[in-house]
Amino acid sequence: MSEQLNFEVPTMAEMIAKGEEPEILFWVGCAGSYDERAQKTTRDICKILHHVGLKYAVLGTEESCTGDPAKRAGNEFLFQMQAMTNIEVLNGYNVKKIVTGCPHCFNTIKNEYPGLGGTYEVIHHTQLIQDLINEGKLKAEGGESFKGKKITYHDPCYLGRGNDVYEAPRKALEALDAQLVEMKRCKSNGLCCGAGGAQMFKEPEKGNKDINIERIEEALETQPQVIAASCPFCMTMLSDGVKLKDQDQNVKVLDIAEITARANGL
Amino acid sequence: MVSQILFIALLLAAIAFFSFNVKKVIRNIRLGKAANRSDQPQKRLMTMVKVALGQTKMFFRPVPAFLHLIVYAGFVIINIEVLEIMIDGIFGTHRVFGGLGTIYNVLIGSFEFLAAGVWVGCAIFLIRRNIIKLKRFSGVEMTSWPKSDANYILITEILLMTAFLLMNAADAKLQAMGVGHYTQVGAFPLSQYLQNLLPATEASLIAIERGCWWFHIIGIFAFLNYLPYSKHFHILFAFPNTYFSNLEPKGEFSNMQSVTNEVKAMLDPSFTPPEAEPGRFGAKDVNDLTWVNLMNAYTCTECGRCTSVCPANITGKLLSPRKIMMDTRDRMEEVGKNIDKTGNGFDDGKSLIDSYISREEIWACTSCNACTQACPINIDPLAIITELRRYAVMEESQSPASINAMLGNIENNGAPWKYSPADRFNWAKQD
Repeated sequence: MSEQLNFEVPTMAEMIAKGEEPEILFWVGCAGSYDERAQKTTRDICKILHHVGLKYAVLGTEESCTGDPAKRAGNEFLFQMQAMTNIEVLNGYNVKKIVTGCPHCFNTIKNEYPGLGGTYEVIHHTQLIQDLINEGKLKAEGGESFKGKKITYHDPCYLGRGNDVYEAPRKALEALDAQLVEMKRCKSNGLCCGAGGAQMFKEPEKGNKDINIERIEEALETQPQVIAASCPFCMTMLSDGVKLKDQDQNVKVLDIAEITARANGL
Repeated sequence: MVSQILFIALLLAAIAFFSFNVKKVIRNIRLGKAANRSDQPQKRLMTMVKVALGQTKMFFRPVPAFLHLIVYAGFVIINIEVLEIMIDGIFGTHRVFGGLGTIYNVLIGSFEFLAAGVWVGCAIFLIRRNIIKLKRFSGVEMTSWPKSDANYILITEILLMTAFLLMNAADAKLQAMGVGHYTQVGAFPLSQYLQNLLPATEASLIAIERGCWWFHIIGIFAFLNYLPYSKHFHILFAFPNTYFSNLEPKGEFSNMQSVTNEVKAMLDPSFTPPEAEPGRFGAKDVNDLTWVNLMNAYTCTECGRCTSVCPANITGKLLSPRKIMMDTRDRMEEVGKNIDKTGNGFDDGKSLIDSYISREEIWACTSCNACTQACPINIDPLAIITELRRYAVMEESQSPASINAMLGNIENNGAPWKYSPADRFNWAKQD
């Protein structure tokens, strides 16, 4: 289970040059590209795609921010500049289907790009994993066993409430035979990690507690061995929370893609 | 005859005054910008039936949902009785629906149970607010008026229901005594137990029956006219508000068409943008919001479910989604009063942002949509927060320094952090 990849990740440009077309484009996102912790998840998503033999490609250096944080911060100009530039690239490659590693990219491309000329079938990586499990292409075998392990899942706002995706990540965890324990505030009632709405990029306003602490306290109440995430920003907030609570030796915060890759020994 | 004329005069006055105020409310809502919510009429109708009529979103909190359902059912069904009161009042008849026989008995009987249910429900609501002091009913925005408003409504409903039951009790007693005007109609399964509390003489019984009848109907007229001043307006606005609510995924923010045209012109010099309508980007004041945002504000009944689930509010930040809605309504009514006094175009030097809603509040939002999910009648505080942010960022270039840095990074590097676009694919590097 090396950190690095032992295969090439194909780019869209290379594929087109070879006269090929991928079945699905993997939209990595800024966090997945630059954030060290999120890069691990990105590589695990690639490992899963590679493992099941799905023909995929990434944009590589041709990818740029979807514009989500600009839009949530109120800068519609910058958002639409980013969106239209990205749409030009995506349409240029005749992209039909996209899987994202981030709920924010997922929401933006799925819901906000169509009005600007970019219409694609967009899924989040937990939905891809669920599909692959349903199709029998992906199992939980050959790797680390999560059987009976206590896992609690944190719903990212832009996947859960934002787009009503509650089942796919849970189905991916159920496939592990793990013991899924829910937090008091879960699914449509889930509590934000504190990073959304461009909060990731600024200090919080004055208050009596940080949101990620409130959330991690609730997560720790379930006495989990693993806290499962499916968003790179939630990942940062939850990991920080676990560290601040001095629980990072006992409780792991892992993305569902990482858990799936581990369970399959990828 | 005198009482008939008095009744008709009161009825007309109540309707006239209510229409006068409703016109003002509609005028205020129309201060907002256009927004198209006429698509998918069938889905809209279903949303209204489910969310407003069926109160499905209330049941996330079963205890208040159950009590609210009783009060709501009581309110709606007892209105059949009000129809009878109207007819009796206008034509001087007594219990005109009495001819329905058994059906009437069942109706009156069920009204009595509902009335008692409403009475108990409102009493429990008063206890929750004033004795248990549930946290949800407090907060910076819950100043004396919003608290009194809630209590006035609950006390009035209790008084109305008391009058209704006492009226029935006196009526039944008069019927039993065979007093002329009081023909034998109706069944009084609950109010019969109140009869012992009443005096025995015919005159005082008639006084009580008539007194309660007048109190009940005048109370209803007054209540109707109280609505435009009160949070209780939700009993009417819940319906259009859910009908016109956002049907798109909650995560989706609207794309601003005015910006699209400018961006297209920037990216493609051959594109000539259509004549732009004047106006600012985002919202500084209520007239920059859409009519849907403004209708949301009139619909809010200040229950505080939004604020109680807001991650910013839970962790002690200033932001409270309920306050966003209350501020919007207060400012809208202020602007409306300015128009009444001095006509359009009067500038009182105030605005929704800063005079009502502070920057600290709007920048504390995580856009997590917990508030919109929690609202039992689909009010959307996040849409207003977003418009205020758009104004602060696009018109004033005023955002927290770290947000500015993030925006600069996206503009220059295509990522919210200061990394080179050339390094974007480094994650895939092999040894």
